[in-house]
Amino acid sequence: MDLIGVLEALSQGKTALGEIIDGLWECIGEVEPTVRAFLSLAAPEDLKRRGVKLAGRTLRGVPIAVKDNISTVDFPTTCGSRFLKSFRPVFDATAVERLRAAGAQVQGKTNLDEFAMGSSTEHSAFGPTRNPNDPERVPGGSSGGSAAAVAAGEALAALGSDTGGSVRQPAALCGVVGLKPTYGLVPRWGLVAFASSLDQIGPITRSVRDCALILSVIAGHDPRDSTSLPVVPQDYVTELEGGIEGWKFGLPKEYAPRELGTKALALIDRWASVIEELGGEVVEISLPLTEFALPAYYLISSAEASANLARFDGVRYTVSVPAEDVRAMIAASRTLGFGREVKRRIMLGTFALSAGYYDRYYGKAQRVRTLIAHEFAEAFQEVDIVFGPTSPTPAFKLGEKADPIAMYLSDIFTLPSSLAGVPAISIPGGKVQGLPFGLQLIAPRLEEMKLLRAAYALEGDLA
Amino acid sequence: MEITDALMRRLEVLAGFELSPEEREALRDDLARILSYFQKLQELDTEGVPPFEPLPGVRNVFREDKPRDSLPQHEALKNAPRRDDGYFVVPRVFGEP
Repeated sequence: MDLIGVLEALSQGKTALGEIIDGLWECIGEVEPTVRAFLSLAAPEDLKRRGVKLAGRTLRGVPIAVKDNISTVDFPTTCGSRFLKSFRPVFDATAVERLRAAGAQVQGKTNLDEFAMGSSTEHSAFGPTRNPNDPERVPGGSSGGSAAAVAAGEALAALGSDTGGSVRQPAALCGVVGLKPTYGLVPRWGLVAFASSLDQIGPITRSVRDCALILSVIAGHDPRDSTSLPVVPQDYVTELEGGIEGWKFGLPKEYAPRELGTKALALIDRWASVIEELGGEVVEISLPLTEFALPAYYLISSAEASANLARFDGVRYTVSVPAEDVRAMIAASRTLGFGREVKRRIMLGTFALSAGYYDRYYGKAQRVRTLIAHEFAEAFQEVDIVFGPTSPTPAFKLGEKADPIAMYLSDIFTLPSSLAGVPAISIPGGKVQGLPFGLQLIAPRLEEMKLLRAAYALEGDLA
Repeated sequence: MEITDALMRRLEVLAGFELSPEEREALRDDLARILSYFQKLQELDTEGVPPFEPLPGVRNVFREDKPRDSLPQHEALKNAPRRDDGYFVVPRVFGEP
């Protein structure tokens, strides 16, 4: 049952919140020792007790899991980093505040690659999360804990964050739904910044309609985030059923290269037939700049990360290593606090921003980003929705991608839309090698309604 | 491109941490490979292309110049590893110890 199904059952008195919570904790007891999706968990009795007062609100006291880089006053917010092991935020993120106001409770905080830098959740300082479909494999990342918790049945729904694919890729690898909204639609207040021009909070859910419901709760302007768009919140659930008759779907040939293999390519053909059966039209398009998204993304995101992570200085946030003078204290604290991947990105970002290299690397990447955004805008002159696989492969094995470039390549299909700031969703698209394989749909800026309607139309026929 | 030891050390100073010799060696190789892969960007002609604007049409974001409550001092200091009498405590910044 999905979240909306649970809410309906609660409103009809067919079940009680206590039963729902017991069901989730039964599953947690069974799978969590293997999956390890959570870094902290609420006590079920507390959720039941506090839930009583929330029964009259939209979300009826149901627990929702939250990625551990999104601030919560009642749980530590570690970002999967030793640096923030005991960090306790003094305010809730806007998205969390809005979920609570709508009657949800925070179920616990989910594991992630340190500071959301990674595509497998192996880079968490607190150990990896495993894919509930096959514990030898990664859940994807960086929101791997959120995706695994929803896929395993431990959580009804979760929040993740997506900078270059960190909601969509783990949703695809675990076999659930994950949405990255338009940049600026969901306020970033309280989301620990990785790359500020790319970061977006998004829902990870069991169904498209659940995604629509959570987006309706968390979207909309917040003056505390100056990059939050002045848009009026919408109810994304009401218009889901309009269908896709007459809509044009573009399949970029760059998103279906031969290297994907025959099984994945056969699935893409199947998606195209389903779209046509539902009255949509499929056309081949080309997004030739796709291959430039990876270098542009890693230069921009690492540059922004190197600036954002400067705040971890041994003075304000929990970890500090004593030293003779202030510079040595900062260096010693950061040396101890950050893991290998975070150091790699800070080094790359520092390089890209440093005197003598700035124009050639960071400046160039910012101009290429403009071209990529134009390319999408042009594609959307011709088609309503762009589609293709979310990730080039299903879930890979733990330790399989030790080479950073190989790891970065698992995001090649999610990076271009992140750079362009347009919304995209991953829904279960079938199986490859017996493992979930995600279908990604991409829409123009602020066309979430259209995106969700297309995803809703397709999800039933792909299951 | 070649990443020299001197460049690695300069980046470490700018980044505000120190790598162990093994880490430095490994990260130097990674950076060299990543940057040579990223040379691909130079193939594109970006003459006259402006840098990206993440929020089209949004420029300066103003708010009314009205006082409002800020974080209370004890809250702001809550996560500080060392604090004393309402202040952050840090090692000396100037002069000999």
